[in-house]
Amino acid sequence: MAESLIHVDVVSAEGEIFSGPATMVFVPASEGDIGIAPRHAPLLTLLKAGEVRIQTPEGGEHLIYVGGGVLEIQPKKVTVLADTALRAKDIDEAAAIAAKQRAEEALKDKVDAISQAEALAELARAAAQLKLIEKLRKLKG
Amino acid sequence: MASTKEIRSKITSVKSTQKITKAMQMVATSKMRRAQERMRLARPYAEKMVTVIGHLSAANPDYKHPFLVTREPKSIGIIVISTDRGLCGGLNANIFKNTIYLLREWQQKGAEVNLCLVGSKGLGFFRRLGLPILANVTHLGDRPHVKDLIGTVKVMLDAYREGRIDRLYMVNAQFVNTMTQKPVVEQLLPVAPVESSDLAEHWDYIYEPSASDILDGVLMRYIESQVYRGAVENVASEMAARMVAMKAASDNAGKLINELQLIYNKARQAAITKELAEIVGGAAAV
Repeated sequence: MAESLIHVDVVSAEGEIFSGPATMVFVPASEGDIGIAPRHAPLLTLLKAGEVRIQTPEGGEHLIYVGGGVLEIQPKKVTVLADTALRAKDIDEAAAIAAKQRAEEALKDKVDAISQAEALAELARAAAQLKLIEKLRKLKG
Repeated sequence: MASTKEIRSKITSVKSTQKITKAMQMVATSKMRRAQERMRLARPYAEKMVTVIGHLSAANPDYKHPFLVTREPKSIGIIVISTDRGLCGGLNANIFKNTIYLLREWQQKGAEVNLCLVGSKGLGFFRRLGLPILANVTHLGDRPHVKDLIGTVKVMLDAYREGRIDRLYMVNAQFVNTMTQKPVVEQLLPVAPVESSDLAEHWDYIYEPSASDILDGVLMRYIESQVYRGAVENVASEMAARMVAMKAASDNAGKLINELQLIYNKARQAAITKELAEIVGGAAAV
């Protein structure tokens, strides 16, 4: 009954999660949950957070949690490009703001480093001036 | 000549240094293997992404996503991936050198340069240049995760969308083999047009909700996965470079120990000879 099977690949950027044949796959698509049987029409859609349910030919069931991602269906093959992290607009936004803040803080430290370098340079200049004055005094005296 | 005690303590200290460098070498070797494995695991995802992007851009040729359009480069962004820790030979120095070349090239053309730094070594180096740093992330560890990079990448993607940067590059160390790590400059945005052989087939996908919406999600993830790959590859390179550097350090320590041992033996013999001569001299005097 090879024809009533569909090959499922669940991959994430950090590695392969599942690969094998299935009789039926259920995924949380962005427009609503969908069930995919073998010989499904080719489809591309985005996923939202939820669980991917894979029914294996042996009668078992695999549950995989995905944070979101992209789903690609071909008649004999389903590919889930899963996100490893939970994705949502505001979560992404918060992460971006955190990254910006880190950069700003790093630049603030730079100001301190510069003022420290300036102070050191000032100190060196003052020391050199003192030395010169001493030399001049010795020459006169 | 230095006293035998001094030489002996010097030998002990070099030996303990050698123990540390040897341990670091072995740790780096095993970490490098794991990083290489992660590099391999990341590949199928990126490859799949490329074919999907190919399908999507072929599906509606009239719609051009901003990430696929080449604009006049007035301002560019560079994502520089460096390590968090030192003791890895010239790896970081090479990455920074390449970045500086890229930077100068664009500055000569009159373009503004914005930086995005991954890794604390890069931060320490580039903040002295006084160029705008848009985003930064450090301490990703030996196992970088996509979720730690999302925010950083998003800052750059948003900057691109809003037109603050017109081109996005990534500089990282490419893992060629254990002995060779090469700094590479890669253009992330705009995404180079994808050529795929199977695009000529008759059938096309059904798109839900619409091809343009999907394309946006896919492109964002694609760039993220590219940066993730860069980060993982950089970890592998870091470990390989550290392994080689620590091996050289251990070898040098071994050489030093041999030399010191020779000096020590000579000093010991000289002391014995001196003592004997004194005894013989003393006996003769009596």
